Amino acid sequence: MNTQTPFDLAAVEAIIAQRKATPGALLPILHDIQGVVGYIPPSIVPAIAEGLNISRAEVHGVITYYHFFRQHPVGEHVVQICRAEACQARGCESLADHAKELLGCDFHGTTDDNKFTLQTVYCLGQCASGPAIQIDDDLYARVSKEKFNSLIQAKRGVQ
Amino acid sequence: MTVTIFVPRDSTALALGANETAAAIEREAKARGIDIKLVRNGSRGMFWLEPLVEVATDAGRIGFGPIEEHEVAGLFDAGFTTGGSHPKALGLTEEIPYLKKQERLQFVRVGITDPVSLEDYLAHDGYVGLKKAIAMEPAAIVQEVTDSGLRGRGGAAFPTGIKWKTVLGAEAAQKYIACNADEGDSGTFSDRMVMEDDPFMLIEGMTIAGLAVKATEGYIYVRSEYPHSIANLNEAIVAANAAGYLGENILGSGRTFNLQVRKAAGAYVCGEETAMLESIEGKRGMVRAKPPLPALQGLFGQPTVINNVISLSAVPLILSRGAEFYKNYGMGRSRGTLPMQLAGNLKYGGLVEKAFGVTLRELLYDFGGGSESGRPIRAVQVGGPLGAYMPESLFDTPFDYEAFAAVASTVGHGGLVAFDDTVDMAKQARYAMHFCAEESCGKCTPCRIGSTRGVEVMDKIIANQNRPQQIHLLRDLCDVMVTGSLCAMGNMTPFPVLSALNHFPEDFGDQKTLANAA
Ligand SMILES: Cc1cc2nc3c(=O)[nH]c(=O)nc-3n(C[C@H](O)[C@H](O)[C@H](O)COP(=O)(O)O)c2cc1C
Ligand code: SF4
Ligand code: FES
Repeated sequence: MNTQTPFDLAAVEAIIAQRKATPGALLPILHDIQGVVGYIPPSIVPAIAEGLNISRAEVHGVITYYHFFRQHPVGEHVVQICRAEACQARGCESLADHAKELLGCDFHGTTDDNKFTLQTVYCLGQCASGPAIQIDDDLYARVSKEKFNSLIQAKRGVQ
Repeated sequence: MTVTIFVPRDSTALALGANETAAAIEREAKARGIDIKLVRNGSRGMFWLEPLVEVATDAGRIGFGPIEEHEVAGLFDAGFTTGGSHPKALGLTEEIPYLKKQERLQFVRVGITDPVSLEDYLAHDGYVGLKKAIAMEPAAIVQEVTDSGLRGRGGAAFPTGIKWKTVLGAEAAQKYIACNADEGDSGTFSDRMVMEDDPFMLIEGMTIAGLAVKATEGYIYVRSEYPHSIANLNEAIVAANAAGYLGENILGSGRTFNLQVRKAAGAYVCGEETAMLESIEGKRGMVRAKPPLPALQGLFGQPTVINNVISLSAVPLILSRGAEFYKNYGMGRSRGTLPMQLAGNLKYGGLVEKAFGVTLRELLYDFGGGSESGRPIRAVQVGGPLGAYMPESLFDTPFDYEAFAAVASTVGHGGLVAFDDTVDMAKQARYAMHFCAEESCGKCTPCRIGSTRGVEVMDKIIANQNRPQQIHLLRDLCDVMVTGSLCAMGNMTPFPVLSALNHFPEDFGDQKTLANAA
């Protein structure tokens, strides 16, 4: 998988310029960049550091500290499966095994066709109705294996 | 005549198809020429009934649920808007025992109103507390909160009024109110429900806090896993500003309070209050050593009130009804009510607000209906990933901070996660260590390295290698983590681990090996 894809540099620089005067601007900037590009391109780190007048090491340290930020592009769809206690009590581990098998990739991995990236998440706030998953921005609760299959099929364009 | 129909917009309802159900209702009504007004309310917190469709009638709101998209046409066929009967009819929603048995003081509007409608909030006693607070001296507001007996709902149960008093007494040009909405604990969703389903209540509570300690800036630090909370808060903040409930010269009082939302980035430890401050400041979420107290040197080095969502949103109620009213609920030193979250393997999972004193057993069986799988409930983890696993013999413990502490457990944020008898407690102990290793901020060795060692030790125990020795080692490790960690991440991870070992020793090997290890 390539770690660098072309992205709109001007848009990213505009984010930095617009946000840099905000107190504690780094997280809002990183969120905005990931929102636009899909990840935080390592090549943009110097511009962020310069904009905020902090060291590159500091910017890098923040990006790598938080689970939410990623430095690589992901598949077309991100599938997150909650694997925290309340979902464990409702069978999320067997759903997780099923997901790995169906998608043919492990957690943190991306399918060969670059369609799906599989991730673990610890709690989506749906703990009374697990197993809970999120695909891109959409939440799903009480996800059985059958429901998971049909959600994935719908994303593949098969109804 | 226009019929008002309610379909929740709470994210659990959405995750169960509420948007599709709502769209189908609009479609069908139009096709059949029925004049409806569709309100997207919050959730009543009875999640097994979501999507819960309600119809307004003269007698009150009638519920139908759960209603999936494909069932909507049938609802109309049955004449549900005009009192027709349907197999999924629930009668008056308010009369459903699960709701009726609750003491909803704080969640009084949740599930009833349109969360982002200021008009609706005002029509349901919204901003009564703020209007009272505006006419009071700051110290009198602080006194009222102190007198109510409110203790922090984020986990540590520290008296809220005392914290505010410290901040009020600190002299500084700029002070802050920082709301902890990181809600990272598995099995908890009450903060989420406030933010999604009644955001003005939190905004009002923070505004009152600002008046009480003379802070003019507020931040709400919301976990990135809660996009719906962030969206609803932002929408409500815009409305509150536009109507003069936020910003400069609040309701003509000459007082200022500005509020903004900050999105977190998926680090559990950023729920620890000083790590949260670091994160808002744009840094890695490393825990700060105390002192200095954040009340004196908090956000950007200035005096800061840090409170949980539930603590802050209890404040409007305390101001509007009075400290005495609030304090009359509860037991011992645990005053008021707690929105408890019934999660995991329960038939009727959801939100139950009750006064302190309700027992775990009442919540699990009278409300929760026992396990969803139909098997016996074997263990309940209360208070999130740093909370103890409680066995059946402790189910009669009343919800009270001191009663829980007396049995080596914690109330935490009031979430309870039920497991049936298929649970393997050694695996749960391993998970607790694994979670600590993943989420540790890395500052203290016992937490960062100890938890990794803990996972290895648990692997050996599970693989039946030298169990007595490994169990001995596990206890030693837990001792070191308890005494040598800066924050509760490291010094409370032993709670789930040791409670699993002590209450469920049979899952860690046979009794004889354990006797030798003791
Ligand atoms: C690892 C860790 C995670 C925490 N997570 C949260 C959280 O998600 N929400 C919260 O309100 N408090 C959390 N706390 C407790 C806070 O440090 C703090 O006590 C609380 O925000 C104070 O508010 P309160 O007095 O209103 O409870 C956490 C503590 C630790 C050690
Ligand atoms: S106990 Fe763990 S999370 Fe807390 S400060 Fe130490 S290393 Fe960080
Ligand atoms: S534990 Fe899975 S949604 Fe909370």
